[in-house]
Amino acid sequence: MPETAVDRELTFAQAIREALAEEMRRDSTVCIMGEDVAEAGTPFKVLSGLVEEFGKDRVLDTPISEAGFTGLAVGAAMTGLRPVVDIMFGDFITLTMDQMVNQAAKVHYMSGGKWKVPMVMRTTLGATRRSAAQHSQSLHAWFCHVPGLKVVMPSTPYDAKGLLKSAIRDENPVVFFEDKMMYKLKGAVPAEDYTIPLGVGDVKRVGEDITLVATSSMVQIALGAAALLAEIGISAEVVDPRTMWPLDEKTLVESVKKTSRAIVLDEGYERYGVTAELASVIAAGAFYNLDAPVKRMGAMHVPIPFSPPLEDVTVPTEQSVFEAARTICGK
Amino acid sequence: MTTAAQPTEVSGRVDLLLRMYRQMLAIRLFETQVNELYTRALMPGLAHLYIGEEAVAVGICETLNRNDYITSTHRGHGHCLAKGASPDRMFAELLGKEAGYCKGKGGSMHIADPATGNLGANAIVCGSAGIATGAAFSAQRLGTGQVAVCFFGEGALGQGVLYEVMNLAQLFKLPVIYVCENNLYTEYTHYSETTAGDILTRATAFGVEAASVDGQDVRAVHDIAQKLVARARKGEGPAFLLCNTYRYHGHHVGDINREYYRSKHEEQTWKTERDPILNLRKFLLEQKFADAATLDAWNDELESEMKTAMEFAIAAPYPNVDKVEQDVYA
Repeated sequence: MPETAVDRELTFAQAIREALAEEMRRDSTVCIMGEDVAEAGTPFKVLSGLVEEFGKDRVLDTPISEAGFTGLAVGAAMTGLRPVVDIMFGDFITLTMDQMVNQAAKVHYMSGGKWKVPMVMRTTLGATRRSAAQHSQSLHAWFCHVPGLKVVMPSTPYDAKGLLKSAIRDENPVVFFEDKMMYKLKGAVPAEDYTIPLGVGDVKRVGEDITLVATSSMVQIALGAAALLAEIGISAEVVDPRTMWPLDEKTLVESVKKTSRAIVLDEGYERYGVTAELASVIAAGAFYNLDAPVKRMGAMHVPIPFSPPLEDVTVPTEQSVFEAARTICGK
Repeated sequence: MTTAAQPTEVSGRVDLLLRMYRQMLAIRLFETQVNELYTRALMPGLAHLYIGEEAVAVGICETLNRNDYITSTHRGHGHCLAKGASPDRMFAELLGKEAGYCKGKGGSMHIADPATGNLGANAIVCGSAGIATGAAFSAQRLGTGQVAVCFFGEGALGQGVLYEVMNLAQLFKLPVIYVCENNLYTEYTHYSETTAGDILTRATAFGVEAASVDGQDVRAVHDIAQKLVARARKGEGPAFLLCNTYRYHGHHVGDINREYYRSKHEEQTWKTERDPILNLRKFLLEQKFADAATLDAWNDELESEMKTAMEFAIAAPYPNVDKVEQDVYA
């Protein structure tokens, strides 16, 4: 469905809420659980209005027990429900690790395919919100490392709605990362039911000279950098994989075969992070087309600092991406 | 598995006792063969034997319906059998064979079987507490009338997630029974060295109904379990049942020299004075509910059944290596 044909705009948060509401109307087994998800609608107000429509039996406020309610969701998913768990800050996924990594991810395989875990964990990522080291991390790579999990990272309201609906309908545990800074971003979103399959990337801007592969929060940064690059005559293509696993390797490789240059952008820590995997896919698939080594840009290897000038230099910016692309293109 | 047990009705009660005797014996003979597989070097990896603790699994599972849920532990063979698993496919799983309950992908510590409500044994201590609580949540929300039983050893008392889910279960009044099998040893350490304070008040602090029982007395386990299960099924909320029991063997089959953590005398005392099978046998004979010849014949019959099941598993093929990537995603 082309976004240009839609004249309705929603914020990223509204798109998430609409996806949840539509799926909850469609399927009575879908329920939401987490901290302050009901009347409070989460601190980000993403879920406002859902408890009023679906009641407290389907929108459940839980204690501050991330491991407990995530574990409960795993068991509920195995036995007939489709829980959507809300982990307020992505930093708190550390508290759910055994439930997600040793339980949810492995139940299907360990049982020889007999039990399945159709659940979604929604959580957040992203720095520059002045929230300091324990409320600012982008830890999605941790889950990407685990077979049995799927990892989704939407970058637009349109993608958020379509991908979340697919995640809820998926038969596997899916972790859905939302950029906290993007909740107010507006974009065209059709009112009707649509889904975007997991594992299909999207070219957000067509270009010829360099590919900027970007995830989640970094897509807007890449688009901004591409606009700056256009002013100096560099045509940048922006490719958003949209899901880290399954990964659309073909779209990444095809783009770089065309442009011969690539920067991979992701807000997670650069070391041992998502950018390394994506760069490796590109290097393996487009090696003979590359005019320069694939460059990686992610978060600095430091705990996210509180002080604004310090925090701002820890993650890629339009300007830093612009400079890097310019250097690679020799201009 | 039955719901027909009526303790007040004598003939029904006798049938129940005989059924539980036979099931405990089956578990012991199964586990004896598992040990045999290990000592004959036929088993990949290890196994954690349930011998000595049979009355817990049997007394509790006897009160459950086939579609009620259980979650189990690394020491889980007894729970799986008591819930209705068949020995041949259990052995096949222990040997990593295609015919096993999990196509050989799970092994001894991960036997799962939807047909008998077995959500899976779990090799993370307390790893299934969330799952069992979630199954009870589904049962409540979907109005199915099922209950969930979460088996765990006293080592799980050290895991914080247990307290998180007991709090949730009580808040939501979920039909889940947390069954703590205190076999005295968390691996190689006496539980008193790892467990401060009182065990039952860990549950009552949340308002969870709590009871303790002699885990070597299958009649007592059954009777208290029946009350707690009925209560949960009626919507009266979760319960915590502490079963005091004993692990005859080591932490796993390879834990042979155990005198650095417990004496042979202690083991011998439990085996001769507190054995759940011997004591029930004594009771059945005293009450003239059974004769020795019948019980001896069961022993021979089950021993032969276990050997046949084991031979089936030994002869069964391994999964083809092209199956290694199957079942990662549904």
